[in-house]
Amino acid sequence: MTNAEIRAFLEEAIKDNSVMLFMKGTPDQPACGFSLRTSAALNSLGVKYAALDILPDPRIRQELSAISEWPTIPQLFVDGKLVGGCDIVTEMYESGELADLLGVEQPADEPEAPVHGGAGDEQPASSPPLGIENRLS
Amino acid sequence: MPTADELKTRIEQAIPGAQASVEDLTGGGDHFRAEVVSDRFDGLSRIDQHKLVYDVFGEEVGGPIHALSLKTSTPGGN
Repeated sequence: MTNAEIRAFLEEAIKDNSVMLFMKGTPDQPACGFSLRTSAALNSLGVKYAALDILPDPRIRQELSAISEWPTIPQLFVDGKLVGGCDIVTEMYESGELADLLGVEQPADEPEAPVHGGAGDEQPASSPPLGIENRLS
Repeated sequence: MPTADELKTRIEQAIPGAQASVEDLTGGGDHFRAEVVSDRFDGLSRIDQHKLVYDVFGEEVGGPIHALSLKTSTPGGN
């Protein structure tokens, strides 16, 4: 595939899918904690969305960032427009704006996006350290 | 390798009047979180607010700065 073909494919994906998530890994197997949190927010709202793993070819990310003028992954597009990455999507999920934007009900008793699924190779750096007890001191 | 202080200085120089606090989340110089307050964000969507900050670092974000988590606001609130 040429770069131009990749770009055309991405533009098509954004146009054809009203909720389009570009991520590292897949919703079932996110390969990065930020992608995990973003797809978890969508999962907990119960919306249907398309997801594309950007990892198989580095040019996917290059071309995507050229289209969106957004440097990082994940990227969520709704109705052809960039909504944001993990920070913005999480903030909008917590405030209920994401549910409004997607036209769904906010789950009543889940203020935080539940995180589930396989562990990626990288967790959000702000998450607490894994359950390793320090017994050295 | 960039430091949190360096990122703070660069944000505050590039966005006049901005107040930034930057944290190196892992201590490894590649995962940062920045909270930036500036009246330049007034009237901008979150996307455009974050883009203003990302633009300070250009291609370093996603490169040496592996992750830059952002929270932006205006002095009077959001």
